[in-house]
Amino acid sequence: MSKSEVTLEHFYIFNSTYAKKEGEEKNKILYYHPPKTDIDSQIRNIGLTEAIIKFTESFNPGQTCDYCHTHKTRQIYYQPEPNFWMVMIIGVPYITKEKDGNEYMEYQSDEVLNSTCQSITKQMYNIFRLFMGSFNTILNEPDYGSVTLLRHKLDHFYSRYLSSLKLNNCDIVDVFQGLQFLPLDKVTFLRVQCFMNLLESTFPQIQYTAFLYNDQLVWSGLEPESMQVVYSYLVNTLLPDYLEKELEGGLMPNHSISPFTTSHYGKFITGPSSVNDVKKLPKVFIYHSIKPTQLYLIVYRTLSATVCLFVNNKINSLFYSSLDAFLGVQLTSLVNEVAEECSKHAIMATDSSTKYLYFNKLNLAYKSTMHGDNRRFLFTNATPEVLRIITDINFDSQRLNETSEIIIKTMSDYWIVGKLSNLREFYVVMQNKNANIIEIDEEVKRLCEQHLKSIFFH
Amino acid sequence: MNILFQSVNSSKHFLTQSYDSVLKRNEMSTASEVIDVEGGVDDHYLELSPEPVKFEPADDVTDVFFDDSKQQVFAIRSGGVTGVLVKSREHNINFRMDDKGPVISIKFSPDMNILAIQRTVTSVEFINYDSNSSLTGPEYSQSCKSKNASILGFVWTHGNEILFVTDHGVELFQVIPEKRIVKTLKSLSIPVNWFIFCPQSHVVLLSSGQQGVLMQALYITVGNLHKIPKFEMEAIASKPGKLAVSERDVALGILYGVPSIIVIRHQSGDNFCSSGAFVHVYTIHKMVVIRKSHILKLDMNGRFAINVVDNIIIVHHQASRTSIIFDIMLPGVSDGTVIHHTAIAPPKPIKPYSLRVPGPNISEYIDEPCELYSPKWVVFQPNIVIDSKLGCLWYVELRLSSLVKLMTDKVQLIEFLMQRKNSKQLLIQIVKDLVMKMPATLMDLPAIFNKLNTVYRSHLENEMQSVIGTPLQSNAKIQSSGSNELKYKIFLDQSDIYSHILSNLSESNIDSKMLVWILLEYIRSLSEHGIPVQHYLHELIITTLVHKQAYYQLHQLLQYHVVSDSKPLACLLLSLENHYPAAHQLALDMLKRLGNAHEEIVEVLLSKGQILPALRYIRGVGMVDQACSRKFLEVAKSANDPILFYSVYKFFEQRNLRLHNSTGFPKSERCQPYVQHFKQLFLQSDNNGCGNSDTASTMSNVSS
Repeated sequence: MSKSEVTLEHFYIFNSTYAKKEGEEKNKILYYHPPKTDIDSQIRNIGLTEAIIKFTESFNPGQTCDYCHTHKTRQIYYQPEPNFWMVMIIGVPYITKEKDGNEYMEYQSDEVLNSTCQSITKQMYNIFRLFMGSFNTILNEPDYGSVTLLRHKLDHFYSRYLSSLKLNNCDIVDVFQGLQFLPLDKVTFLRVQCFMNLLESTFPQIQYTAFLYNDQLVWSGLEPESMQVVYSYLVNTLLPDYLEKELEGGLMPNHSISPFTTSHYGKFITGPSSVNDVKKLPKVFIYHSIKPTQLYLIVYRTLSATVCLFVNNKINSLFYSSLDAFLGVQLTSLVNEVAEECSKHAIMATDSSTKYLYFNKLNLAYKSTMHGDNRRFLFTNATPEVLRIITDINFDSQRLNETSEIIIKTMSDYWIVGKLSNLREFYVVMQNKNANIIEIDEEVKRLCEQHLKSIFFH
Repeated sequence: MNILFQSVNSSKHFLTQSYDSVLKRNEMSTASEVIDVEGGVDDHYLELSPEPVKFEPADDVTDVFFDDSKQQVFAIRSGGVTGVLVKSREHNINFRMDDKGPVISIKFSPDMNILAIQRTVTSVEFINYDSNSSLTGPEYSQSCKSKNASILGFVWTHGNEILFVTDHGVELFQVIPEKRIVKTLKSLSIPVNWFIFCPQSHVVLLSSGQQGVLMQALYITVGNLHKIPKFEMEAIASKPGKLAVSERDVALGILYGVPSIIVIRHQSGDNFCSSGAFVHVYTIHKMVVIRKSHILKLDMNGRFAINVVDNIIIVHHQASRTSIIFDIMLPGVSDGTVIHHTAIAPPKPIKPYSLRVPGPNISEYIDEPCELYSPKWVVFQPNIVIDSKLGCLWYVELRLSSLVKLMTDKVQLIEFLMQRKNSKQLLIQIVKDLVMKMPATLMDLPAIFNKLNTVYRSHLENEMQSVIGTPLQSNAKIQSSGSNELKYKIFLDQSDIYSHILSNLSESNIDSKMLVWILLEYIRSLSEHGIPVQHYLHELIITTLVHKQAYYQLHQLLQYHVVSDSKPLACLLLSLENHYPAAHQLALDMLKRLGNAHEEIVEVLLSKGQILPALRYIRGVGMVDQACSRKFLEVAKSANDPILFYSVYKFFEQRNLRLHNSTGFPKSERCQPYVQHFKQLFLQSDNNGCGNSDTASTMSNVSS
């Protein structure tokens, strides 16, 4: 008996309006994965998708189809911009069983959750939009804007991105795509805030700033929807890669010295690695108003603190060195203050087998003791089954009242409590075979009292 | 101290001309003329008081004396009967007395009931004085006790007590005017070269020893003399027969409440040209220890005179006709024991001064410019300048508004102004100017706010202590400065900053982003100093952020509790819900944290139609018995949900049963309409036919 994993069968982006006549169908295709798929299959698959979307629309006009279940696959349809469709076809895992000497496959449809898959699709669009701009922005680019450019950019971006996509590790956290905020006292927070203001006032090129300590956000000048994408990129891609490189380099992470001076620990993560090397900076598109702004993303790290700067003008090496001079020294002392403050909070954390997960959809704040600190892809403290149930509660909760509570006991003696109030979600997981529902309720109350004391959560 | 103007040699502060300084002066004056012509900017930071005390100038028949204790000028016209004119800011007295020979020194006692006159070096005469009947003779006198001693001078110390200083020591006497006798109180023998007295601190400084480097300070209390341990000033190679430290180079004053000895140290001949002179400041601590604590660098040579105004040391330089100022409270460079200071601002002349004099025609006056830094000038402590030729006594005054323009370091400027008298308006103006020059000035604001708030905090602490008598729990990082030091500091509190600076900014054309930066910087500084932030600052930051639609920033500020919780702020947040949905959640959180806002929370929940959460809430906080049932039932009724209405109704029936042993609602709760509604919905048999339409619509809703 063997079990297969969740797989990405197909991923394609198309626009039906690009093929008006018969025979031009391949014009619709903007991106197709896997790329080796022959063109006829591509056209056929897209045609089927178009048909499903059209067909379902007649039942519920104005409301497009989100997903489709088949025996072996799960199909996710997402229309990020008018007429542009992103489709993800996921292979449902199966267990090979034997009956009467014949092998057969039992598909585990429960293990693929629609909301998770939908979130991943959206995430895939958002990260593209962050670095490349929206489809329409690319089409309307003043110099080379065209469908060819869009195809080129999609191909350039997704061929790399998809190779790093780990569908099996996706869970409720991907649904939330939350921001982890660092618990901090008011004075230290104000120091960080004032430091960022001073930075902005000193360097007028800087449009927005953000401040992270380890993986946790302290301050974001970006709107939460934009920060969500940037945060996820930083925490899941940029910072882990950087730390890995530092480790490989044989240096202690966080303690290698700046290339500009030897007096502090500050370093550019995006930007020059030495005085003479002005690397190409990543460009990002920030959609705060209707018109997107294109900014350069400078990421600077000192010890455990990461400062993100969104800068408008073209920057020269002089800017870097004055920025480094400004940040290096001051940031080092600020980080030490933050670290000192954090160590005070750290004492009361970590306990017991009871795990919880908190999410506030209004500021996207999230906190989980079910997931490891930064390497969440590597291990979780909760079983996939538990995480799936939480995802289900979350999905159901959208149809429930604003205030509600659900308690579930699984076959494997897990108690899962989902509590919703005041647009916040709080999930508690306990493994206790002999507990009764009253004891569980008390435990949840105790946790609420402990962790949610300062908010209205009844 | 008493000076005879006619005798040039004996007046110690006299700015006499030497050949060198005349040359230099001419050079300097041409230079300064150029500046005056070209600059035209009024940057004179010192001026003479507009109304001088005028007196008869010294001449062949008139002798002029000045008593710096009572700040009175005596003009004595001799010839037969002596006519005496006493002038000061407060007094304008004249009387006659018998001419008994030339006067060496003349001084009124503090209460002005005795006039002391010294005519010889061995005795002092006294004569009683009455403001109505002027002098009431006869005179009585007191000679110095020690033999062969000559009196260098005398000072009135306390009441009718008088101190003679002779070249052999000091003698303290008490004069009893009623009996016209003088009683010896104390005496001390010590060789004295010269002495000076500070009437404010009652300290006498005696120059002793052959070279004149040994200093003995005495603290005079009522009826007693206290010796403060002797100390030596460094000997600087001086001409034989001359004292190392001469009287004219020493001044006594009080700086920030501490009696101080201010000494000009000239450079010896060899390095005369290479480096300038210095001023050494010795401070007397608790009348027990004298320590050299500050060194001021003059960068000039020649004749100097010292004044002290508002705890600032002013050094007048005759050769260049300029003055420089020092503040020992501003940070300097410490070498471990002594702090070295440089001047606050570049040397500048005193503001040109004109005297109104009678013109060529009768009844016409013209303004005649006075010669400043004239050789006829004599300088007295603390801030007196006398021109003996013109017959004018001025008080030197600071012109802070000009001085601030010359100070480039804004943080230091703020610190400086905080230590001045009556500088609050100016301080407000400077902070306001800085704020208007944002964003370039944001760099300086943290330090400036910290300086203001350190003093603000100490002030609050003192206030608290005086109210409750126990020390305020001290923030570990802030060292509370002594209350003594605090006396000399002014500061701006939150209402000053708000009403004079911040509240006007929102109307001016300053970017709202800048306002937020300033506000946050200010709130940070207040919080770091443990000062509770006033609600108007919170309100301003919220309204500013709302105005610029920076809701997420506001959210983060609330999330980190930067803005203190209060019911008015919670209401403000509730009103923002239409612009920023999360404001509702934030408002509820705030109400919850307040701990006493149960009714408001219930109102908010009910206004959202969240009846069951509201019921759950009042049950959670144990307020079921006090809850107003009508409110809940009304919302439940208007929700058009019979099951919900049923639940709420039954909930209150249960309560009634518990409170009144009956399910019925008491009349006082005025719930009759809802009882009726309940009957209509669920007890069809009791339906009397009224309100059918209502029921019908409800039922149709249920079925839909």
